Amino acid sequence: MAGDGKKSGKSRWSAGVTPYKEMGYWQPDYVPQDSDILCAFRLVPQEGIEPDEASAAVAGESSTATWTVVWTDRLTAYEVYQGRCYKVEPVHGTNQYIAYIAYSLDLFEEGSIANLTSSIIGNVFGFKALKSLRLEDMRIPPHYTKTFQGPAHGIVMEREYLNKYGRPLIGATVKPKLGLSARNYGRVVYEALRGGLDFTKDDENINSQPFMRWRDRFLFAMEGVANAQAHTGEIKGHYMNVTAGTMEDMYERAQFAKDIGSVILMVDLTIGYTAIQSMSKWCRANGMICHLHRAGHGTYTRQKTHGVSFRVIAKWMRLAGVDHIHAGTVVGKLEGDPNAIRGFYATLRENKLKPDPTLGLYFEQDWVSMPGTMPVASGGIHAGQMHQLLHYLGEDVVLQFGGGTIGHPDGIAEGAAANRIAVEAIIQARNAGRDYMAEGPDILARAARFSPSLRKALEIWKDITFNFESTDVPDAVATLTV
Amino acid sequence: MRLTQGTFSYLPDFSDEEITEQIQYCLDNNWPVAVEHTDDPHPRNVYWDMWGLPMFDLKDPAGILAEIRECRKAFPNQYVRVTGYDRRFTRQTTALSFLVQRPADEPGFRLERQEGHDRVIRYTLHSYATDKPAGKRYEE
Amino acid sequence: MTQPGSLASQLEASGAGGLVDLDAAYKASNVQQVLDELQQELIGLVPVKQRLAEIAAMLLIARLREQQGLAAERPTLHMSFTGRPGTGKTTVAVRMARILHQLGYVRKGHLVVATRDDLVGQYVGHTAPKTKETLKRAMGGVLFIDEAYYLYRPENERDYGQEAIEMLLQAMEAHRDDLVVIVAGYKERMDTFFHSNPGLHSRVGHHLEFPDYSIDELMAIADLMVTRQQYHFDAASRAVFNEYLVRRARLPHFANARSVRNAIDRIKLRQANRLLETGGKVALEELARIDTSDIRQSRVFESDSDEAADER
Repeated sequence: MAGDGKKSGKSRWSAGVTPYKEMGYWQPDYVPQDSDILCAFRLVPQEGIEPDEASAAVAGESSTATWTVVWTDRLTAYEVYQGRCYKVEPVHGTNQYIAYIAYSLDLFEEGSIANLTSSIIGNVFGFKALKSLRLEDMRIPPHYTKTFQGPAHGIVMEREYLNKYGRPLIGATVKPKLGLSARNYGRVVYEALRGGLDFTKDDENINSQPFMRWRDRFLFAMEGVANAQAHTGEIKGHYMNVTAGTMEDMYERAQFAKDIGSVILMVDLTIGYTAIQSMSKWCRANGMICHLHRAGHGTYTRQKTHGVSFRVIAKWMRLAGVDHIHAGTVVGKLEGDPNAIRGFYATLRENKLKPDPTLGLYFEQDWVSMPGTMPVASGGIHAGQMHQLLHYLGEDVVLQFGGGTIGHPDGIAEGAAANRIAVEAIIQARNAGRDYMAEGPDILARAARFSPSLRKALEIWKDITFNFESTDVPDAVATLTV
Repeated sequence: MRLTQGTFSYLPDFSDEEITEQIQYCLDNNWPVAVEHTDDPHPRNVYWDMWGLPMFDLKDPAGILAEIRECRKAFPNQYVRVTGYDRRFTRQTTALSFLVQRPADEPGFRLERQEGHDRVIRYTLHSYATDKPAGKRYEE
Repeated sequence: MTQPGSLASQLEASGAGGLVDLDAAYKASNVQQVLDELQQELIGLVPVKQRLAEIAAMLLIARLREQQGLAAERPTLHMSFTGRPGTGKTTVAVRMARILHQLGYVRKGHLVVATRDDLVGQYVGHTAPKTKETLKRAMGGVLFIDEAYYLYRPENERDYGQEAIEMLLQAMEAHRDDLVVIVAGYKERMDTFFHSNPGLHSRVGHHLEFPDYSIDELMAIADLMVTRQQYHFDAASRAVFNEYLVRRARLPHFANARSVRNAIDRIKLRQANRLLETGGKVALEELARIDTSDIRQSRVFESDSDEAADER
């Protein structure tokens, strides 16, 4: 409980500045309760500040503390509301520490990501006593998880909705990013879906610009979707981006997308946590799949020393209730360490997770049957990597091949067919017991014999990979035991 | 046209060996396998006619392949599909579903556009097959 | 999917150099292990064990020939096992399934035991699905039909067994690669059954007879059972048990090893009652010793009449 000011010789409640450690924010004997929210912070203290004091400061500044003692604290059961740092571990070979902090359930409003985040990351990240601070992971207890709606539909329901089982779903973002008018935009949608993709997608910055307004885009895209459905007999979708400047505009756009018969809509992360929760609630009530583009996350998730890890964002978004979220590709053009990404995917899909330092998972996490969010892999991937994609990312994923579809020399529909044949061929081989990772190129080459479009795709992109060292690698690396 | 429902519909139609491999995969995963058929291929037709019950507790694909052959013989001009079902906690849904027979001639769908106000169009798919009553579709 | 040391890989390797390594192939097939286990588990049955080894040899050579490109039609594997109850037919069937699996003739190697009830229905249309279900379960393994002749009841025109027999015959032909069928039962009745169903007889490739155990063999079985349960005969009771066996074997419904087991269970019951009636303090050894009186009480010793055979 609250310290008695032993070290500084000062009493806890006398006015002035008391070290955080002595105000009760450092409790190494505390055993976290099942109902606590637990956080793991990676911090680098300023010179001259001890790690346990710095950690206690983080605990304090993300809960009840202010820079000086205030008598009004004594009007409260402050010991309940204090964040407690119960463990600090140095990170071998660096000047960083991992601080484990527990927060009582009572600090938080039920079912509110906005409140959860304001509480924990709203104040402490600018704190001068720290050189850098990163929220690595968060354990959300069942007590809190059950106050959220969770995914509007979830992985199982989405598959039943689309009637598509046993393989990754495939999609493509319409390219070019900007400038197409509505009619031509719809042509890209039509060709890609008719050729064999399950989904096409608005890009994150396509909202409603002078060159193409949202309503026109929706109408032409829907024509493309419906036409492709008739051609193939499958259910297809185009993610209608309803992101707008105000919630009222967003509801109007979502309602219109629903009216014209779309099965799915999309929003950008930049609309904010509260808007995302609202949209997810609306999507469940109105039977539409909710796709989230994680626009802007890289500003705070990418650097290992400062910001918020994407695995925490993933948890918040599953609670908030999106059905799809972009989560990394491993082999594509955008940043991502394979193990860290496996950790993100597990966080989004699994029901019970154990701590696993090699995947960057600091805590156990029990989702108590909340449906999973489908991860989306998008950015610089192509058919020639299909075996690697299945190996790293698994089966419950949406693989998006924007350039890889639209850049095909024989046309968009051919590009789409190439991707669809590739994914089905790898799945067939995997199910038949082949070592599809090792034999992938051979399996694809075999399939290419009856598909000129796949053959061309493999030829054009065969040597494209993006190999740069990741900026965000988990601390622990699995070593082989001899 | 060629209906592309099911997991493997962009690959050439499977031989019996290829079907057996997929069924073995289901058995290895403890997924009961079921055979279904229909003459109404609309994408929203979820409930095809069941050919017997899902087959639990089988160790070998041979018996299931025999059922598929019998279903194909009984309905030579319908779509026939094979499904595997995953009963595990947090799944409890279909795990695999693919076509093993299609009618010789697939006329496909007509896209019906009902024009509304403000350029809004209500779309429906109409399957040419269902112009004829059930049981008389897809005949020679 | 060939593991090193497996029969399949051995077969691949054995072709090299123009010579066929029979010893290596036999070793890789692991058949000896199954035969050894059978030797441990079942007393006597010398002719059956010999037949089993012979069939295994034939199958192995057939495999080697096939692998070397010689003409090799799949041998007929359906069998009949005839003999009285308790002579080890089901145990041997399980071992046979293992051997067939290890030599690659059945894919999974499990055994499905079926009787008439699993194959024949009670009303029109009931039989076909029942038989089909049982056949499906057995695919990839061995179907063991006990007292198979009960399928055939010509005296009752409304009997549906014939339908099951038809389906069985069809499956034995059409699914030769998927399924092995073993029919089993009393020899005389099986002979009659085959006589009335020549189609079935022609499909069975091997007939194994399971002779009754000799008295000495039954005694050895009894010794084994008694020792396993940590009892023992003394010299006197052992002789009496021998006499018991001689008498019992002559009476109807004698089920060989099963009858021995039942007898031992009753002996244990009598021993327990004797000990408690006598009461007092006894040496530890007495809890395990079987006395002649524990055996003499059997009705088998009362007279040589047939009624004495109804032992509970």
